[in-house]
Amino acid sequence: MLKELSEAFGVSGHEDAVRQLILDTIKDLVDEYRVDALGNLIASKKGRGRARRKVMVAAHMDEVGLMIMHVEKEGSLRFRPVGGIDPRVLLAKKVLVGDDKVPGVVGVKPIHLLEPKGREQVVQVKDMSIDIGASSKEEAEKLVKIGDYAAFGVSFSELGGELRTVKGKAFDDRAGCAVLVGLLRESYRFDFYAVFTVQEEVGLRGARVAAHAIAPDIAFALEGTICDDMPKKRDISPTTTLGAGPAITIMDRSVIADRRLVELLVNTAEKKGIPYQFKQPGLGGTDAGAIHLSREGVPAAVVAVPSRNIHSPVCLLSLNDLDNTLCLMRETLARVHKLDLSR
Amino acid sequence: MQIKEFLKKLSEAQGVSGYEANVRELAREEFSQYADEIRVDTMGNLIALKHGEVAEESPRRSIMLAGHMDEIGLLVTKLEKGFLRFATVGGFDLRVLPGQEVMVHGRRDLPGIIGMRPPHVLTREEREKVVPLDKLFIDVGLSEDELAKSVRVGDVITLRRQFTELANDLVSGKAFDDRAAVVCLASCLQHLATMKHTWDVHTVATVQEEVGLKGALTSAFGIAPDIGIAIDVGHGDMLGVSEVDTVSIGGGPAVGFGPNIHPLMFSRLVDTAEAYEIAYQTDPIPGRSGTDAWAIQVTREGIPTGLISIPLRYMHTTVETLSLKDLQRIGRLLALFIANLDEAFARELGLS
Repeated sequence: MLKELSEAFGVSGHEDAVRQLILDTIKDLVDEYRVDALGNLIASKKGRGRARRKVMVAAHMDEVGLMIMHVEKEGSLRFRPVGGIDPRVLLAKKVLVGDDKVPGVVGVKPIHLLEPKGREQVVQVKDMSIDIGASSKEEAEKLVKIGDYAAFGVSFSELGGELRTVKGKAFDDRAGCAVLVGLLRESYRFDFYAVFTVQEEVGLRGARVAAHAIAPDIAFALEGTICDDMPKKRDISPTTTLGAGPAITIMDRSVIADRRLVELLVNTAEKKGIPYQFKQPGLGGTDAGAIHLSREGVPAAVVAVPSRNIHSPVCLLSLNDLDNTLCLMRETLARVHKLDLSR
Repeated sequence: MQIKEFLKKLSEAQGVSGYEANVRELAREEFSQYADEIRVDTMGNLIALKHGEVAEESPRRSIMLAGHMDEIGLLVTKLEKGFLRFATVGGFDLRVLPGQEVMVHGRRDLPGIIGMRPPHVLTREEREKVVPLDKLFIDVGLSEDELAKSVRVGDVITLRRQFTELANDLVSGKAFDDRAAVVCLASCLQHLATMKHTWDVHTVATVQEEVGLKGALTSAFGIAPDIGIAIDVGHGDMLGVSEVDTVSIGGGPAVGFGPNIHPLMFSRLVDTAEAYEIAYQTDPIPGRSGTDAWAIQVTREGIPTGLISIPLRYMHTTVETLSLKDLQRIGRLLALFIANLDEAFARELGLS
């Protein structure tokens, strides 16, 4: 499932292909589903028993990408990023433009023609362009149009090893989507709302309205999160470590996770012997940031699959981490109906 | 030979300078279909000889064609915490490396990526700098122990990129510099198979061009041809680069002119293009051409040398872009140039 999810197109605001792929997979696993005004896919399974809680689990379908802003008279395409992309990963990369996936490449002035100082300068996005091979504006506009989204042209594959590493694009957050699809294969003692959200990368937009509509009692966000475990001089924290298990958030830029949910996750992991780690506090934002402030507030927590090089053309994760994230969430959800939420 | 298919095959093959064996086998397969003799010299150059039908009492003359088959790449310098540090082989622009996929040729081939620390954890100052070599890591996703068993310092690394077809007969991929020239050489031989020519043709896929024109130097010495032509890539027109420094993509062979090129080789190539109505362009090169032509010209007592450049955008990246039409034209121009070589031209050049 992760392969199909990773290779699907879904830059923020245009998640349709990812949504369709997920919908085709989960249709028969859920009691109800709908697509809301922003494009969130909200699927639910009724729980067993009376006085049921509503538990929302969110994973975002969108990925960072590019948008075509302008076509030059020579046929090159000017673009801007959609979501946070470090411009330093863009040069000399292959992209696919628009729904027809027109192949193009991000051009680079060759090193031979650069002044020595030029080699030290980061090329800004405004100075980059995509070459689709068109030799004029007219020719380019037969293939693409202004406003088209572009995504990285990268295929998914297995690198293997004991960590069962895989590489591909958009693991942030197709990893979360894959886990959430897995969770829909179980049945629960509460009303389960699986929400595949839109527009997380441009400001947690989808999660906000979905949470309002559902009004959950408890929420979890599933993420693909940064991993900074490479060697470095001042080693404060690896943020997360590849292969060390699901990363539980204490606090990021968008939310202080509900301590009771954090305890439940940790206790469950320890009891079931599932590896876990804490994510370095203070970094990144997630859908939980929007959800926990919905209506009068919602207890929320974040569980993430560590992924190296997110927000770049190609990222890398350990399938062990993915499986353990699914396992931890499944075991936690099996106990969450008993959690005492009184203060 | 189909130009596009052969270029795809060569482009996706791995052959960093000094390690060209894979590419050489692909070139050998193709060249041997048209050559009378084929050999590999001490340095690893692939040399295919096609005999000319020399007229009685005329001296035996020969031309050498050179296109290099090596590509720029990387070498493992250290294993650290499950990651690889690396050095560059050939002229690299560090700015294109983050987020690039690679293949590490360890005890087995290991696909990986070039990573850097996530921007989320960097200071603003760090984010505004080109990521230096000591902050780039190759990541093959193995644990520290597994990595130590699979990779050694000195293992070669190639960049990866699937061959991509763009609009307008343009294609994009890695190592078109200078495998595209190897395609032109094969195309020339294919044309010559149905043509009569009196001069011997030594078609050479050279090694180690990217680290100092080394294969051309020794193969030119070994062959000692009467004349030589190097085929390499030249900067194609692209957004943000002055026309002064570029030739036109799809504009046909860029025939080199300048100190590195014998004036009669230039004019003969241009005259041939004119005579057969092959689109071409003049490529003025004021000094060092940085191609095999530079080495061939000063071999032994000196060799009249020509240079044909393939217009190519984004040189030394994995998205080098060129027009297939230009390759067709170069193959044809070379063959027609060779078919028209005669004793009169030899005399004009003052060959003994």
